[in-house]
Amino acid sequence: MLRLEPRAQPSMAMSLASPLIALALTAVIAALLFVALGKDPVRGLSMFFFEPLNGLRPVTEVLLKATPLVLCALGLAVCYRSNVWNIGAEGQLLLGAIAGGGMALWLAESGFIGPRGAYAPLVLAAGVLGGMLWAGLTALLRDRFNASEILVSLMLVYVAQQLLNYLVFGPWKDPRGFNFPQTPTFDASTWLLPIARGMRLHWGAVVALVAIVVFWIFLFRSWRGYQLQVGGLAPAAARYAGFSSRQALWTALLISGGMAGLAGAMEAAGPLRQLTPHVSTGYGFTAIIVAFVGRLHPLGILLAGILLSMLLIGGELAQSRIGLPNALTGVFQGLLLFLLLACDTLIAHRVRWQGRRALSGRTVQ
Amino acid sequence: MNEFALLLAATIASGTTVALAGLGLLLNEKAGVLNLGAEGMMLLAAVAGFAAALATGSDLMAFGAGALVGGLAAAVFGVLVIWLNTNQYATGLALSLFGAGLSAFIGQAYTGKKLQDQVIHEVPILSDLPFVGDAFFKQHPMAYVTVAMVVLCAWFLYRTRAGLVLRSVGESPESAHALGYPVRWIRLAAVVAGGALCGVAGAFLSVVYAPMWVEGLVAGRGWIALALTTFATWRPGRVLLGAYLFGGVTMLQFTLQGMGVQIASQLLAMLPYVATIVVLALISRNPLWIRINMPASLGRPFHPGA
Repeated sequence: MLRLEPRAQPSMAMSLASPLIALALTAVIAALLFVALGKDPVRGLSMFFFEPLNGLRPVTEVLLKATPLVLCALGLAVCYRSNVWNIGAEGQLLLGAIAGGGMALWLAESGFIGPRGAYAPLVLAAGVLGGMLWAGLTALLRDRFNASEILVSLMLVYVAQQLLNYLVFGPWKDPRGFNFPQTPTFDASTWLLPIARGMRLHWGAVVALVAIVVFWIFLFRSWRGYQLQVGGLAPAAARYAGFSSRQALWTALLISGGMAGLAGAMEAAGPLRQLTPHVSTGYGFTAIIVAFVGRLHPLGILLAGILLSMLLIGGELAQSRIGLPNALTGVFQGLLLFLLLACDTLIAHRVRWQGRRALSGRTVQ
Repeated sequence: MNEFALLLAATIASGTTVALAGLGLLLNEKAGVLNLGAEGMMLLAAVAGFAAALATGSDLMAFGAGALVGGLAAAVFGVLVIWLNTNQYATGLALSLFGAGLSAFIGQAYTGKKLQDQVIHEVPILSDLPFVGDAFFKQHPMAYVTVAMVVLCAWFLYRTRAGLVLRSVGESPESAHALGYPVRWIRLAAVVAGGALCGVAGAFLSVVYAPMWVEGLVAGRGWIALALTTFATWRPGRVLLGAYLFGGVTMLQFTLQGMGVQIASQLLAMLPYVATIVVLALISRNPLWIRINMPASLGRPFHPGA
């Protein structure tokens, strides 16, 4: 029979192979699902793994959606490495969009009209602050009231969504918008501009690439990043060394809230250029999967962000081209994370085949 | 005058979903397992229950289907965290995300479908009482079953040997293991039972309370049920109390709107979530209080022989 045997050392190779095995298994299950739904599995899989990369335009769309995923996941990686379980990046992202959108609307209303894209940095800064504020609420309740950051950050997602709904259905609604729940289109001076003409991909993608480098330095080459990780891996050792766990909590949550807020403001000022109730399509939740599949490592997060973005676009393609519901993406996302966690068992364990005879000699657990 | 009675009735109906799920999660946590997948299990069970009700027209079949699906999903979670020692938070989260995705995918066929008209449930004689009858005795039978289950659960946990063993597995799995109890199997049983209860809760939501299916129908009730176990300091009776409190807050938004209070509906819709956060903070404020009541090994994996 098959037995799991602890390894003497966690396997580095398996840690890198595990996401690939999980991805392969997800693809196999996806193919079986396509067959069960009466679709050609090769064509089905190509919607997710080939078509999104087929040509310059699809690739820029993949990068466009990967941007908020990578930004959120970088912040989440800091949280999870510090053993702070922020699962409310979605809410922090929405607050970033609200704050950024609010800034854009306010600038136009106050008569600050400049050249195209001139005020984009202000909008993004407002978004960062909005996200930090929302995550700060979670940190405050954890720090002062000992309330679980998991539950508080998640509850705040629903509060943020209702706040956004309130604003776009109420005070911020475009008076000339035929009663649609949306704000007026932002003034061009607040737009986050596209990298090239006729492209939707904006300069936020470059910011995300820079952020990857910054986070790598922060996590692996800075004193504060080191403190955070010790606190996550060995809380007792961190206490003994005098690293403040309160400081770790605040740092991790404010960083991840700021990153999610930045992503939200980029969505508002980049591709959307207005606020609607549907600013985010669950980026904050998908980013959790990106963080884990990317091994909580900035480089891995880049790859995982691109992969999960391909799945998002694949879902849209599967809907428009082969008539499968877009919700398929959610199934594959969840499946991928599930299989990844299962495969991660192989990092600390190896599978051994043992005959009954070999087993009979010892106590079987 | 009858408006208040109707508010009470709606409160009980709304609280029943959260009470059932909270009770299931309580069983999990008493055995030391924290399942953040409650939301996902409830979503899957809500679709399954709705489909079963649509096909058979029977509420009982719907609850059965919900329990089956909830239990199955919980079993997958249980095997992963108990035998493969995966991180409980991450695995529960995976279940929630997977459940949201799969329920949206399967549920697409059921969006906008209508169930048969519901049978009106009345307790004979008692429901004719003024006020009290309208408030308490015109509920779906599941509302009463839920109350009975809370009593049963309290009796099981605190008055039976099996309940004692289950609690010992959550407090000190090492001791339970040393005494020869199969810690892992007991935990799995608790997880599956908890999942089945979450499943019944999901089915109740889509078949009786809503009654319909839309994507994301559960709307955070699974997470609220998780907060409820802390709020209840892991006592079954207080789970029920907390659930009705939550039901009351949920209903308050509609009552306030009905009374013509000038607050935007979106702001009122925040109420249940804000209330959950506030209550959670108030209860958790005293770390000692939490440490005394929380199962000592909650969320901690157990490796026999290690």
